[in-house]
Amino acid sequence: MSTPRIEVIEQYCKGCSICVEFCPTNVLEMDGFLVKVVRPEACISCMQCELRCPDFAIKVHKD
Amino acid sequence: MAFDYDKYLRPGKLPHIWCPGCGHGIVLKGLLRAIDACQLEKNRTAIVSGIGCASRLPGYVDFNTLHTAHGRAAAFATGIKMAQPHMNVLVVGGDGDGVAIGGNHFIHACRRNIDMTYVICNNFIYGMTGGQFSPCTPTGDKASTTPYGNPDPTFDIGKLAIGAGATFVARTTAFHATQIDKLIAEGIRHKGMAVIEVLDDCPTTYGRRNKFRSVVDMMKRFKELAVPVAKAATMSKEELDGKFVTGILHREERPEYCEQYAQLVKRAQNL
Repeated sequence: MSTPRIEVIEQYCKGCSICVEFCPTNVLEMDGFLVKVVRPEACISCMQCELRCPDFAIKVHKD
Repeated sequence: MAFDYDKYLRPGKLPHIWCPGCGHGIVLKGLLRAIDACQLEKNRTAIVSGIGCASRLPGYVDFNTLHTAHGRAAAFATGIKMAQPHMNVLVVGGDGDGVAIGGNHFIHACRRNIDMTYVICNNFIYGMTGGQFSPCTPTGDKASTTPYGNPDPTFDIGKLAIGAGATFVARTTAFHATQIDKLIAEGIRHKGMAVIEVLDDCPTTYGRRNKFRSVVDMMKRFKELAVPVAKAATMSKEELDGKFVTGILHREERPEYCEQYAQLVKRAQNL
């Protein structure tokens, strides 16, 4: 299975850190007030971040 | 595959006005997934709201939308459904809008069992107007108008809706994101008044006054305190104290108001 592509729309991200906290494999980290994808290879495409982001700012593309 | 929310959103409206971490965005996404699951046509769907943070939701979605007076969403929605019974009518609002200022309209919409889906985002507070306590603020909690703790008992929206006559009543939380769309979809498919209460987090006016360090703490609290209906049935009243029972709380079949009214019109015309 290929690694999913995680798209962060920085314009929409308000830095609430919900995605960072609920990611089971610590793919994401906060970088100031924005979320940053730091370990994309660890993503298991559970979609928790996309599901819980209140700001439509994160998308997981499985392709 | 990532869900395509963009097809239901009005272009150029994002980012929305809600605060960082506000659960209303999660409810909006759940609502759009539910609409997609039920394959509602845009032209045959109306989303109505009153005033408040949650009531800003229709501004972002590409359907027939109506942003009405404070608490009057159910009244306007009743008007739409009566005039155009083929429309799918959804109402979105907060706890203050739905059961405080609009409490009267809410209970009568439930009583009539008119075919609409009412999504109440219960964030325990009046967020937009500055954090005043609402009838859903838990007893003892702080709001801008109850700095020493709220002395009032709270409304149980589920029981209120059941008592008033709603035929589908469900509850979930902003933490249970997948349950939101499942319950809303069930509510849309249900013929009659469907009330879905989504317990929501307000980090800005409720959380910071009540010792929640972050929005994540509020989400985790929902996870800890939510009890599914089946499990709640095995628990005593004392054990359930302070917990939220989630899932479908009530479902029954009863004649729907628009159909009853259409029959009445037919009867009157034959005279």
